[in-house]
Amino acid sequence: MKCQFCENPASVHVTEVVNFKKRALHLCEGCARARNLIPGANGPQLDLKALLSLIANPFPAAADDGDDAPVAPAAPPPAPEACPACGLTLAEFRAEGRVGCAHDYDALRAALEPLLERVHRHTAHAGKAPRAVRAREWQKQMKAAVAAEDYEEAARLRDLIRRAASEQ
Amino acid sequence: MNLDKLLPNLGEWLRGTGPESDVVLSTRIRLARNLADLPFGTRATAAHKGEVVARAKEAVAKAGAAHKLEYLDIPNIAALDRQFLVERQLISRELAGGLDGPRGVAFDPTETASVMVNEEDHLRLQVLRSGFALDDAWRDIDRLDDALEQRLSYAFHAQFGYLTACPTNVGTGMRASVMLHLPALGLTKQIDKVFRALQKINLAVRGLHGEGSRAFGDLYQISNHVTLGKSEPKILNEIREVIVTILDYERKARTALLKERRQAEHDRAARAIGTLGSATMITTEETMELLSAVRLGIHLHLLDGIPVTAVNQLFIHTQSAHLQKLAGHALDGEERNAARAKYLKTKLRELNSHRQ
Repeated sequence: MKCQFCENPASVHVTEVVNFKKRALHLCEGCARARNLIPGANGPQLDLKALLSLIANPFPAAADDGDDAPVAPAAPPPAPEACPACGLTLAEFRAEGRVGCAHDYDALRAALEPLLERVHRHTAHAGKAPRAVRAREWQKQMKAAVAAEDYEEAARLRDLIRRAASEQ
Repeated sequence: MNLDKLLPNLGEWLRGTGPESDVVLSTRIRLARNLADLPFGTRATAAHKGEVVARAKEAVAKAGAAHKLEYLDIPNIAALDRQFLVERQLISRELAGGLDGPRGVAFDPTETASVMVNEEDHLRLQVLRSGFALDDAWRDIDRLDDALEQRLSYAFHAQFGYLTACPTNVGTGMRASVMLHLPALGLTKQIDKVFRALQKINLAVRGLHGEGSRAFGDLYQISNHVTLGKSEPKILNEIREVIVTILDYERKARTALLKERRQAEHDRAARAIGTLGSATMITTEETMELLSAVRLGIHLHLLDGIPVTAVNQLFIHTQSAHLQKLAGHALDGEERNAARAKYLKTKLRELNSHRQ
């Protein structure tokens, strides 16, 4: 497969499905780098921001709307969008594609959720949780079981909690 | 730690003995984890990073894994040793050279488990297994994760799961990759078709060294994109189904090659050995392409007496940093190409004398 921008073989392939419409990009490493799809030298990860803008508009000339320019000092980012813990603003997140601390997921939730929906097609985790979190969840379920007079279930959960605590 | 003692070993990912090892070289699972109370990579100062290292070292030391993980400070080791660890798939190219400040890696002597500290995320756990072994790899990394979690407070969110520096990893923080050798699909020009199908179902295809790297020597890594909204076993099952299908395609293509052009394939493998054994200058890329032909020749039973492990050894030892460590000193590009040719010639001669 050839790169969409030049004649080299394509080695970077990007597919996104939005509203049942598939958009695919095939680029060679050089063109991917030129479009900031690969950060720095030999970066291990795609540049999310460049990726999203490229998928939205794969034609570089038209896409160049000055979006990449550093935030002008005359227009400071609105304060409510900054994380109270690390100070990351939405503009900074958009420029870097990385969050700065664990609190950003709440501070920038409004902007993150649509992004997560696009990338993962989900906005809620459905996998493993740390043991402490699991134990808290079991506590809640045990209380509910007791309230519902389901003592067998409550005993099972109590054992689970005890076992988890003794393994610590 | 003296890295030179790793040199004679193949490393887990090239051991060549796991399930389905005629097509699958290795299985890798990584988990991205962050500490709840410290800023992530892009916002962390050197002091923050130092704190991450201190906590990670202690947690790793007390993790009580089956094999003890030993910690190595990356800023303290030479560039050549860092490249050596990249070639052995123990650290990323980013950790080796793209980042600065306190950072390191802990890994066990069998090279199956490693923990990168202060890569993009505070911790990047990795388990490598020879062959197609998603379940074994998941069991091991799940256990390692549990052990570390007892001493570290992970950033975990009720809705978003394990929090990561990049939102593309949030949720499980898990990336599972399977490294495949697909020469017959390449020769029969079906590889693009397979990859187009993969992209439709949201799996990523990359070359040997990850995103952006070219697929040399018919080696491809297939991995999941989605980390949020599906459980780890569900993600692993989706990958498994796809890999089983690709395995089947590759084997069918190999059978077809044998049936339709056995002589030509025999010739190709024999010529590859000829070139490897007689060149006086050779690049890594050409070596990998030729070794791919030899590997296919072995699996098609067209070449006798060359074990796959010998091919794997030639493969790893002809990578730049390995070659320079074998030589005992740094070599520039031209010198490397000459040293690589010399190494191949000597090794193939040894193999030949064993066969006679």
